[in-house]
Amino acid sequence: MDRILMVDYSKCTGCRLCEVVCSVKKNGAANPARARIAVVKWESVCVDTPMLCQQCQSAPCVAVCPVKAMTRDEGLGRVKVNDDLCIGCRFCVAVCPFGAVSLDHVSRRIIKCDLCDGDPTCVKFCETKALQYVDATAANTSKRREAAERLPELIRGFVAKPKTSSHLS
Amino acid sequence: MKEQRIAYIDLSTREISKAPIPERIRKTYLGGRGIDAYLLYNHISPGIDPLGSENVLVVSAGLLGGTLAPSSGRCNVGAKSPLTNLLGSTNMGGFFAPELRFAGFDHLAIKGKAEKPVYLWIHDGDIEIRDATHLWGKDTTETPAIIRKEHQDEDIKVASIGVAGENLVRFANIMTGLKNAAGRTGMGCVMGSKNLKAIAVRGTRDLPIAYPEEALDYVAKIIQMIRDNFFLKVWSTLGTPSCHSDANNLGRLRYRNLQRNQDPAGENLYAENLQKFTFGMAGCFGCPIHCRHRYVVPEGSDKGSYMEGPDWSTMGGLGPELDISRMESVLVGNQLSSKYGLDSLEFGGIVSWAIELYEKGIIDDRITEGLKLEWGNEKVMYEMMRQIAMREGLGNILAEGPLRAIEKLGEESRYYNVHVKGMSWLHTDDRATPAMALGVATSTRGADHMRSRPGTDSLMGSQEARDKLFGFAVPPDFTCYEGAGKLVRYYELMYAVPDALGMCKFQTLFMSPSTLNYEDYSRLVRHVTGLDISASEMYEAVERIYTLERMFNIREGATRKDDYPPERLMTEPTPATGIHSFQRKVINREKYEQQLDEYYEAHGWDEKGVPKPETLARLGLDKEPSHLL
Repeated sequence: MDRILMVDYSKCTGCRLCEVVCSVKKNGAANPARARIAVVKWESVCVDTPMLCQQCQSAPCVAVCPVKAMTRDEGLGRVKVNDDLCIGCRFCVAVCPFGAVSLDHVSRRIIKCDLCDGDPTCVKFCETKALQYVDATAANTSKRREAAERLPELIRGFVAKPKTSSHLS
Repeated sequence: MKEQRIAYIDLSTREISKAPIPERIRKTYLGGRGIDAYLLYNHISPGIDPLGSENVLVVSAGLLGGTLAPSSGRCNVGAKSPLTNLLGSTNMGGFFAPELRFAGFDHLAIKGKAEKPVYLWIHDGDIEIRDATHLWGKDTTETPAIIRKEHQDEDIKVASIGVAGENLVRFANIMTGLKNAAGRTGMGCVMGSKNLKAIAVRGTRDLPIAYPEEALDYVAKIIQMIRDNFFLKVWSTLGTPSCHSDANNLGRLRYRNLQRNQDPAGENLYAENLQKFTFGMAGCFGCPIHCRHRYVVPEGSDKGSYMEGPDWSTMGGLGPELDISRMESVLVGNQLSSKYGLDSLEFGGIVSWAIELYEKGIIDDRITEGLKLEWGNEKVMYEMMRQIAMREGLGNILAEGPLRAIEKLGEESRYYNVHVKGMSWLHTDDRATPAMALGVATSTRGADHMRSRPGTDSLMGSQEARDKLFGFAVPPDFTCYEGAGKLVRYYELMYAVPDALGMCKFQTLFMSPSTLNYEDYSRLVRHVTGLDISASEMYEAVERIYTLERMFNIREGATRKDDYPPERLMTEPTPATGIHSFQRKVINREKYEQQLDEYYEAHGWDEKGVPKPETLARLGLDKEPSHLL
């Protein structure tokens, strides 16, 4: 079953541990500049936004790759880079709407989130669960429930309103 | 990780040199606060003017700073303190220290004085001294914004001073981010005296991890341990203000400058009431605890005020100390003090003293220039913040800190100033907790609870379990004097570990006995850096750090007489409020003397508090200063 890496922006505390563990896992070095996830910080207004590859169904990076080095891996629901084919033209970097594809300045390779082959490291370390790896079909259920929670109150209020039909008066 | 470097920056000559940190120094002083102590002892001549160009400002990331070690974002800053004339040492969280390491440096030693305002631009191994004339007069949120715009990089981390630092307020702090303050001992004042407005850093360099797989596994375990910890769960949601209700209920709050030990309207400032202003919690670098609130005042006259914090100390300093119990006022005060770059704890201490003097008629309208110094008036708080930061009127006197302000306001004012070594007492009333009072009074940086906070009171478990944990017979409860000396030393050493590693104290015994200990730290250091520092070597390293800090103070003339709680705590009993153990208590002079002897003895210092020759030899300090770095 497809799983997706979901971000709950409201839960992010901006600690950036996800960046560090990602870079340690992938490169053996702590260096946020080489991580596949980046917490964009709006320090002056106390807001943090983790940004990473959305594994787009219709992925611009796949579409523009001139050598077909970017492909969709349906098994894990991700977009993969084949380093053997990649010529480092950086078209993918240019077209990604989220800035989630980048050039690793040390290895000189294109990097992006590969979901750690189905066991994302960042998720394991996120204390607040702002990052979660969940079933694609059920990804929205908790959100739906949360939103629906507010409805019974409203419905009750609506139902309980005194009716002013003429036959009751 | 062996490629660690220090940069020496001379602002007078504009010379910059870089040197590697020898592994031997790492093993003996670890990093952060440890190497700071070493640098200060070696590079500062005794008796210098803290505001002169010969003072050296050291800025350090810890040994594990910026790595995956949890909460490894702490930055230690040191110099000779303009507030106490002794060791200046302060520690802040945030993201500055990791970025400094990503930029290729672990320690900065800044000497001399720039001719006109400058800031340092440190980027991937390069250091430039840049003009900061246009930044002078800007607050601590404007300064980073302007620097980021100049370099067109929003990810630059900036440590800057506000107008308080520029105007040489002796308790000015250094700020990074919205609310991370290197607050105590006036390090912002030292920066101001050097015409150094800010240090801006940005880096993309690797910090190689020695054993990545092991490190990832081990850190995951530590984080799980933190997640499972009750205390840390509370701090993750309510932050440090959660301590406020306990302190108020017990009767251990410094209210109206120690005139009372409970705040009758204290409930307004309970952490639960802070929740309605907050929209989430903020974490420092790599921190699973995230103890800081993000808040905005949604309506009323203070509408739109937003910031991070306030931590409990700020809440105490701007709240009960001044008898302010309106949450919005504390929130606005927190924002103001952050922007001016003022140490909120010192501010609360010294202003509550001034208000009491005014109340008692020791100072009058001539000195306050007509300002009615009333308790509980937030307008007074805002105005005093402005006056101190701008060095106007009474503020100009208070900006000098306790030692000099007492001289100016007269002998009658002395008794009411609650300070140790020239630094104001904290926001708590410690007359009923002798161990705590001993820790605060003997701290190497003035009245301070972050050097030692002997909290056997908060540690659950049987006497047997506690004795086993500490390795000696600990006092049965917090009102005991016996055993307190050893306990204080134990905490002093324990807290020096995270300060030297660049981690946060909230993962130590500070909150709970089930958190990291020497063995764990040793393992963490090995996995992350590859350095083999055993638990006992680490213990010896922190003994060395603490004793060297003590030696710095002794060299500057500190003696046993500087290790006492203020007179007021020893003569004036707490009122009959709070729980029974906290009522009508003073620090007993005779028992305190014994406690102090026991403390010196435990450290291997003589009865005057001077390290014995054999202690120095054992710790390898008998040849300092050695100028090895």
